[in-house]
Amino acid sequence: MAWLGKSVLRPVAITVSVVAFAATLTSSALAQGTLRVAITASDIPLPNGQTDQGAEGMRFLGYQVFEALVAYDLASADKPVTLIPGLATEWSVNPDDKTKWTFTLRDGVEFHDGSAFDANAVIWNLDKLLNQDAPQFDPRQSAQGKGRIPTVVSYEAIDNKTVEITTASPDALFPFQIAWIVMSSPAQWEAVGSWDAFLNAASGTGPFTVEEYVPRERAVLVRNDNYWNPDRTPKLDKVILLPVADSSARVAALRSGQVDWIEAPPSDALDSMTGAGFNVVSNVYPHVWPWHLSMLEGSPWRDERIRKAANLAIDREGMKVLLGGLMAPAQGMVPASSDWFGEPEFKVTYDVEAARALMAEAGYSKENPVSVKAIISPSGGGQMQPILMNELIQQNLAEIGIDVEFDVRDWNALLANWRAGAKDPTTDGAHSTNSSYFSQDPFTSLMRHVDSRLEAPKGTNWGYYENAEVDELIDTIRGEFDQEKQLEAIQSLHEHYVDNALFLFVAHDVQPRVLAPNVKGFVPAQNWFQDLTSTYID
Amino acid sequence: MICFSLVQLAPGDPLALVLPTDATQEMINATKARYGLDKPLSVQYGYWLWNVLQGDFGTSISTGRSVASEIGNAIGYSLALAGLASLIGFTVGTGLGLIAGYQVGSPVDKVASAISISGVSIPNYWLGIVLVVIFSVNLNLFPSMGAGTGSDMTLLERLRFMVLPAVTLAAAPAGIVTRSVRALVAEKLSMEFVNALRAKGLTEPQIFAHVVKNAAPTALAVIGVQMGYLMAGSILVETVFSWPGTGLLLNGAILQRDIPLLQGTILVLAMFFVSLNLLVDIIQPLLDPRIRRS
Repeated sequence: MAWLGKSVLRPVAITVSVVAFAATLTSSALAQGTLRVAITASDIPLPNGQTDQGAEGMRFLGYQVFEALVAYDLASADKPVTLIPGLATEWSVNPDDKTKWTFTLRDGVEFHDGSAFDANAVIWNLDKLLNQDAPQFDPRQSAQGKGRIPTVVSYEAIDNKTVEITTASPDALFPFQIAWIVMSSPAQWEAVGSWDAFLNAASGTGPFTVEEYVPRERAVLVRNDNYWNPDRTPKLDKVILLPVADSSARVAALRSGQVDWIEAPPSDALDSMTGAGFNVVSNVYPHVWPWHLSMLEGSPWRDERIRKAANLAIDREGMKVLLGGLMAPAQGMVPASSDWFGEPEFKVTYDVEAARALMAEAGYSKENPVSVKAIISPSGGGQMQPILMNELIQQNLAEIGIDVEFDVRDWNALLANWRAGAKDPTTDGAHSTNSSYFSQDPFTSLMRHVDSRLEAPKGTNWGYYENAEVDELIDTIRGEFDQEKQLEAIQSLHEHYVDNALFLFVAHDVQPRVLAPNVKGFVPAQNWFQDLTSTYID
Repeated sequence: MICFSLVQLAPGDPLALVLPTDATQEMINATKARYGLDKPLSVQYGYWLWNVLQGDFGTSISTGRSVASEIGNAIGYSLALAGLASLIGFTVGTGLGLIAGYQVGSPVDKVASAISISGVSIPNYWLGIVLVVIFSVNLNLFPSMGAGTGSDMTLLERLRFMVLPAVTLAAAPAGIVTRSVRALVAEKLSMEFVNALRAKGLTEPQIFAHVVKNAAPTALAVIGVQMGYLMAGSILVETVFSWPGTGLLLNGAILQRDIPLLQGTILVLAMFFVSLNLLVDIIQPLLDPRIRRS
């Protein structure tokens, strides 16, 4: 048998030698200023302008390569993000006709292909989203962008540097909406001939240009040395985006030195990563993880006492420990540090005795509980760790006499019901749904959930909350162009949310990410979007 | 049709991740119409089948790219991975099987059996994570994910990215092939023709060649089926290693309810599976004339 052993072992030995030799080769040398980012999406966001892959797509590709007329001020980690001039230096509403907005465009801005950014480019880009007869109309970008500017009815170039956009009715929140709409290069699109070709030759005005785009594998962004704003010229040479959907794979990639930055690490890996010298970076941002309550006949949540009791029964600090510190306890729809928080009288704290007293007032106790059914999901974008968090809520609520039955649904199925509303048969007797909310502006954050004119399926008032006073406040916010008065109205609306405990306020995500020790200069803004221009590799 | 129906029956709205969360009903209706999702299921099936027959697999809802090009890009990666995994599985499995088959009951046989049972029993996604922890995180020998970030990588550099996923993927077929080959060799060695060959004075290598020739058709059938499983069943391994093949494509399509992409990928993988079985059926008679006669 010796001959057999030799004949089998020889090729094995050769194979092992080859593999060992291959293993000794170091990965291709990367320039010092190259940042490799593992994103959570399973695909590279489309580099066409109005990217896909949700907020992450806009965060890492959309706003790095392209820009909007109005920008977010992402330079600070300490204050809520406000709007600042982007490709427009200023904007104003016509005092005589508040449906007309005038934007003055920035001088000296060029697209990556060298063509000039001007009023015609803005009109061309609006046509790409809104005008189905325009040759550059792109259904993919339209699906991402049209819904962001629902009130736009017309637009025109007044001169080379001035654009007028008309909305269907006065809308003081329009600057928030137009901040979503980024500009792709008309000249480049003309040169390459189609949006599919544009993906491989993307051209915007942003601080990074796209050097390489390989679907589902990587996008390589390089510094735009001709960027119009010298204060924001990137320090990095390159950013490589890698889609790594699995959270454990992202951790392994960071620990093995394949990437320098990972998004959304699993909470159980944080201690070991911090111990290994990696930097866990997080900050509160406009996101809320609530139970959206049904106000329909038969829902126990119609009783304000039960709503307030439930809000007082949740041990949010305990939940924070459970999540490895990666959440901020919610005291309302927006973080308490937000300008929109106001001064609500009802304080969302952890007070089981007060909660039990309210339940007793409502006729319930631990021995005589009220039953509620809650739609939840096992996972989903922005959902944090929904099973873990909901099980804790279930335990907390049981302590004060609320028996929770879960209706666990796939994230997509939950979203489909959320669009359809609590009255839809798919709700199947549930009294709440647990969809985390994006809250970048007053509309998405506060108005859309409680506007009686936006009851589902027309809008996203899932719970059919109706209150004339609230509708009036919403009209005020939309119609008030004096920023201080508008802020007062927003604060009043948020105070109404909290004082009436309209939702079960649970948590704000803190957008955790982990950076290799040599990644420096990153400022985690309180926002969905982030600025990579200050980041560098030490 | 079963595949089409199951994909359609899964809960969730394929447009939920494409449209903004506050999309208007008008936008939802228009997008549904664009993808033909507003029509009855039977009509959708008819359209899909007709288009597939003409080579048109439709358009991915999530990316807007053609399903055919998506699968075309991914299948090369899966084929390469499945090929290397088959090679490893076949080499290791055949080697261990031959040694164990020649020495049934010996310590070598017991070790080979233990390895083969472990290969079959250990969930491959778990094995993948363990290999990553050892060889990527601790020893830093091989990359933990992806297929590399440079378009100008050498073959050896590409191989480095393939080693861990291929070994992970190879564990189960190696185990199955080991057990099959061991049983076949042990069976053939106990047959009268081997005694006759020895009586005729053939050397051990000559007898070994006869045993291998007799065992080859069955071993080939096992390996062929395993290769099919590797192509179709690599979804977990490709996800763990973020390997951009059909498994990762399927995973993304499932998570995003990308029905055209899901259907197209499943169809292509099913065709691969059937084609491999057919290929095995064609090759088997060439190796063993008795199969042709029967």
